[in-house]
Parts: sequence; C-alpha cells; structure tokens
Amino acid sequence: MAQEAAYSLKTDRTILNFGPQHPATHGTLRLVLELDGEVVVKAEPHIGYLHSGFEKLGEHKSYNQWVTLSDRMNYLSPLCNNIGFAQAVEKLLEMEIPERAKYIRTILAEMSRIADHMVWLGTHALDIGAFTAFLYAFQARENLYIIFEHTTGARLTTSYTRVGGVFRDVPHDFKEMTNNFLNYYPGVLKEVHNLLTRNRIWVDRTRGIGHISREDAIELGVTGPMLRGSGVPFDVRKDHPYLVYDRLDFDVPVCDDGDVYARYLVRMEEVEQSLSIIRQCIDDLPDGPVSYFDKKYSLPEKEGVYDTIEGLIHHFKNIMPGHGFDVPVADIYDSTESPNGELGFYIVGDGTHKAYRLRVRAPSFINFSSFQDISKGASVSDVVAILGSMNIIAGELDR
Amino acid sequence: MEFLLSIIESVTMFLLVDLSPYLKVFLITNFLMVMVMVLTLLERRISAWIQDRHGPNRVGPGGILQPIADGIKHFIKEDIIPGHVDRFLYILAPMVAMIPALVTFAVIPFGDQMTIPIYDELVTFKFQIADLNVGILYIVGVASLGVYGLIVGGFASNNKYSMLGGLRSSAQMISYELPMGLAIVAVVLLAGSLRLNDIVVDQSSFLHWNVFRQPLGFILFVVAVFAETNRLPFDLPEAEQELVGGYHTEYSSMKFSAFMIAEYTHMITAAALISTLYLGGWQVPGLASLGLPIVAEQLLQILAFAAKTGFFLLVFIWVRWTLPRFRYDQLMNIGWRKMLPLGLLNIIVTAAFVAFV
Repeated sequence: MAQEAAYSLKTDRTILNFGPQHPATHGTLRLVLELDGEVVVKAEPHIGYLHSGFEKLGEHKSYNQWVTLSDRMNYLSPLCNNIGFAQAVEKLLEMEIPERAKYIRTILAEMSRIADHMVWLGTHALDIGAFTAFLYAFQARENLYIIFEHTTGARLTTSYTRVGGVFRDVPHDFKEMTNNFLNYYPGVLKEVHNLLTRNRIWVDRTRGIGHISREDAIELGVTGPMLRGSGVPFDVRKDHPYLVYDRLDFDVPVCDDGDVYARYLVRMEEVEQSLSIIRQCIDDLPDGPVSYFDKKYSLPEKEGVYDTIEGLIHHFKNIMPGHGFDVPVADIYDSTESPNGELGFYIVGDGTHKAYRLRVRAPSFINFSSFQDISKGASVSDVVAILGSMNIIAGELDR
Repeated sequence: MEFLLSIIESVTMFLLVDLSPYLKVFLITNFLMVMVMVLTLLERRISAWIQDRHGPNRVGPGGILQPIADGIKHFIKEDIIPGHVDRFLYILAPMVAMIPALVTFAVIPFGDQMTIPIYDELVTFKFQIADLNVGILYIVGVASLGVYGLIVGGFASNNKYSMLGGLRSSAQMISYELPMGLAIVAVVLLAGSLRLNDIVVDQSSFLHWNVFRQPLGFILFVVAVFAETNRLPFDLPEAEQELVGGYHTEYSSMKFSAFMIAEYTHMITAAALISTLYLGGWQVPGLASLGLPIVAEQLLQILAFAAKTGFFLLVFIWVRWTLPRFRYDQLMNIGWRKMLPLGLLNIIVTAAFVAFV
C-alpha cells in the first residue's frame, strides 16, 4: 500500500545550475546538476568560461614570451607552470641548464606546490564549512608569496623562468627567508591537523565521498594527488626525474582509499615532503650562473649589452618582437609534476622562434573528466566537497 | 504641597505597578535588539581573534560603532523585491522569522521576584515579562514557529537554492525539536513544574544545578539548540558554500537584516534558556548567606544571569569558528538515531530516579 502511494506521488527531478558564479566553484566553473531531492542523478560540467586561448597564443608568441602566459594557467602555482614550460623548450633545444638554476627551480617549484596546496586546503575546508582553517592556510601562503615577490618581483604573475635558466638570481637574503619559512611552516601544518585531521565532522564529511578506484583513476588518466589518493604511487618527480629530484631524498605519499579524505591526507603529507625537499636543496644550493651560457638563447649581462656589439645584437635578438631564438624542426613532450598532477607540454617546433603547435596537458582538465562519474549519487554537499578535493583551477581547465 | 506629593506618589505607583509590564516589554525588546548589535560585533571580533585577523576596527573607538554602521547600511540599501518572487510571502517571511525569536524571551526569568515597600505599599517586582505557569510549553511552541519564516522565505524566493535551504531548515528544526523537548521533559520531571521560575528555584544550590543532575540532558539540549538556531555545525539551511545563502539568497537590505536579527535573537534566547534550565538561571550559589540588601542581591542575580547567558553566547561563537559543517543525512542520523534514543533513555532514568529515590 505504502509503496503504491509512493509510486503514485508525482516526483520530478530538479535541474540545479551550479555556477558559473557560485561560492564553491572558485572561479568560473559551471555544473548542471540533475537532482532527485538533494541527491545528484547526473552532473554535467560545462567548461570554457575562462577560455583565454593560451595554447593558440603559443603559435603567435616567441617561447620566452609565452612564459608570461603560463603564469595565468594555474594561477595558484604559476612558478610550476613557468618551470614546466621552460623545461619543455629546453628539452626541444637539448639544452642543459646550469646547476644553480636547477636548484633554484626545484626550490621554487616546491614552494609553489606548498602555496597551491595551501589554497586547496583553505578552500576545501571552507567548502566544508571550516572557515578558520581557510584563514590559517591563507596566512601561511602569504609567507610564501612574500618570498615569491621578493625573488621574482611579482606575487602571482611571476614569469620567473626563461628558456635556459631563470631570469635573475635569487636575492641575497633568499636563504634566510627560506629558512625562516621552513621553521614557521610545521607549526601551521600542526594547527591545521589539529583542526581537521581527526575532527569527527571532517572525517564524516570526507571519508567514502567521491570515491575513485585505482583502475578508474588509471584509465581516466588522473594524475597527481588524486591518483596517489587512489593508491597508485605515480609521481613524475620520482618516476621520470627532472631538475635535481633524482638526487633528493623524498617519499611519494600514497593512500589506498581513493576518497576525498585520502586526497586530503596525501596532499597534507606532500606539503611535509616538499618542506623536506626545500630543506635539502637550500643546504646544497651551488654557486654559479643561473642562465644558459649561450647568449643566443638567454639575455646577456647588461655590461656586455652596453659595451660590445655582440652583446647588443644578442640583446635585441632576444627582446625584439618577431625575433627570438629558433628551435629545431621537431616535436617533444615533456612533463613535470605540478601540484595538481602531471603538467605536460607538447611542442611542435617548425624551425622558427614560434611553436607550430603548443599543447598543454593540464592536470585539472584530465582530473576533472572523472567528475561526472564520481559525483553520481552524491548529495549537493558532497559535490562541493568533491570539487574542493579535486582542486580544479579554471584557468588551467580552459587554457 | 501635600497634594503635589500625593500626585508624585500616584504617578510613581502607576509607573512601577500598572505600567511595569509595558515598560518591561519595551525595555527587553530594545535590550534584545541592542544585544543583537553587540553580538554581531562580538562575533566578528572574536572570529577575527580566532583567525589571526583584525576584524572591524574602523568605526568608532576600536570598532565598537560597527553595528550601527551596518544598521545604517542596511536601512539605506535598495530594498529589492525580485520580479519572480511571491510578493506577499516574500515580505511576510522576515517578519515571521523575527517575531517568534523576540517573543520567546517573554517568559525567561532574569531575576528573582523582589518585594520591596514603596510608599507603605509592598510592591512585588517580577523580573520576567510573563510569568506563565506553562512557560516551557510556550517556549517550545513559539520557538518552533520561527521555522516558518525560513520555509516561507525559501519558498517565496522562488529560487532553487532558497527552496533547498527552506526544506533543509524545516526538516532540521523538526528533527531537533524532539531531542530538545525530551531533554526539557527530564528537567521538568526534576522540578515538577512547567513554570520557568520554579525550575530555577529548584536549582537552589550549586550541586543542584541541572547541569550536574542532568549531564546527558544538558549535552542533548545544547546540541539541539545549536541546530535550532541554525549555527555551525548545523547551519545547513544557509550553507553558504553549498546553497549560496540558502533561504535568504534573494533577500537584501533590511529584510536580510531581519533574518540576521532573528538568528542572533534566537541565539540569545537559546543561551538564556540553557542557563535557565541547566545553570541555575539567576541563582548565585551562596548569595543568601552574605546578607546583602535585597536590591543589591537582585542586581547580582541579574548580573549572574547575564554572565551565564554571555558565556554560552561566547560558546556559540567559538564553536562556529572551529567546526566544519555536517551533511544533511548525517544531521538526520544524529538527530533521530542517536539523540532521540539518548533523550528517551535520559527521561527513563530521570523518571526512575524521581519516582524511587
């Protein structure tokens, strides 16, 4: 009887337009949720609200010019993009960059990873309602941004790397600032752990939510903390070492559960590992040049520009619009481990100073492809938690 | 001269005796409103303190005039009524939310009865607007009316987020009224009266405070009250990150402010209720032995009540800025599967205690 009554009731599904302006989508991300009550029957992501044509612009800008565009891709860790792109072009040119540049890049990449994870942590906690963790994380990130500003001249649009190295050496008190930051950070992490890690509400809200199995994660090409949260110990830094990662001692945190909580744990542990990496690098930061010796590829020193004709020619060749170094006719794919996963650049060089085709394998884009599957059957609150745990960056998603 | 004095006397008596209920209503309503203002500032300052920020510190010395600035802002903002709403219900909802929140306070005693001679006549002051003999029932009844404001607001807004917020609030409030009611039943069993003043008098000594006699009931009541006031970790009806603003997404200016005032008034009432039911209300342990003049004693009791209430308000704020939010089904689970049986158990144990001990 009761069942019949239930069937005779007319129920309808609701279409809920989630975004592009919504407090939990962090940027312009749109989801069309088909709801049965509060349970998601179907989630359809609509992307493209932040499409800026970065890839296409790569065909019109010289390689060093495009570095500035890479800042805007994953705007939470611009340095990782800078480094990833510069490294891909260097591979195309078969260029070996100086030791000091490698170390500086490694340190800054790990700092960006921490900064990115801090924003992820803050917004993720905020989405689940823990406002205080959000501010702790952002305050901690501020420390890093001061270092970035001091080093690169900008907080967000760092554009620090150039093909062949970095555009200038780190400031004289870089070591000291880094050490201060290394001493300060474990305290922040401890505070956040106290607030969240064993908090019953937090665990209840995140455990078992947004589950993605090991097989699915591999099949979908998910990378980064999401993949490691599903129990696959894949990390580009470990499996295809670049920069100086093969000389460093660090672990790849893995968690087998594959849910939001697992990703939380993995990311938190990654921050610890990054701190240890920075600690190792800052100790053996070698002296020397920070840029490739061949001035056809990298900016010459100002003295040379003012005093010698070759220096002036190199300077103009590097700076003038429509000029730049030429790359061989070849195509390469090179990837780095960005905070969200494998950030790859596929570059087709056509012998000129511009790429014939520049394709970015953006981790957010590929991680996001799993969203439709894992959000099925979740409630609206879970959708927010899942989105938070994936750390989708709209700029990277749409490129 | 005689005549003049007699006029003064009759006017005083008129003010103190005949007009006193109206005066009390006026004073308490305004006091609540002022407290709401103070509370908004406190919440912002304390949250800032918890989160290592400064908080509002620009308006007036140390920022204490911030609530007034907020009030003015809300008054002079454009009062938008979106085209797609149900106009009548849309305007009604903030009032429906606010009025129950304000009138609940009517039965809460904030001081003992005081009998003092004025002009040869013994005048009894009751520090309570209405000394109902079913005060508790009144509170439970009126407080639950507040939910209509949220449902009507969510429904009238004709917005899916608001609708979800309204639905959540109705389900949440109904579910949490049960454990709250059950916790109250145990208190009533102990006191043997539904009159709030009797419940306070029943907790005469420190160890007789219900928080010690009813620890489980106390916890149940506090949790339920958190849910009733829609505060974190139970702020699902608003859930900014999920439902944008929940039931008040479409509201602006003073209408929005009315919802906020309702929420904060609910908080004050809830804190006052906790202290009345579980912390001895206006009782100050050992005050009678000091032998103070009656007026001083009375003042101390009122202050004690204010302090207890203030303490719980701080707890409300503290919890809000510490915990994440529950999910809807978890909320229901806790309400129905855990708190309800515990409340029943508490009643049985208390009843057995009252009957056999």
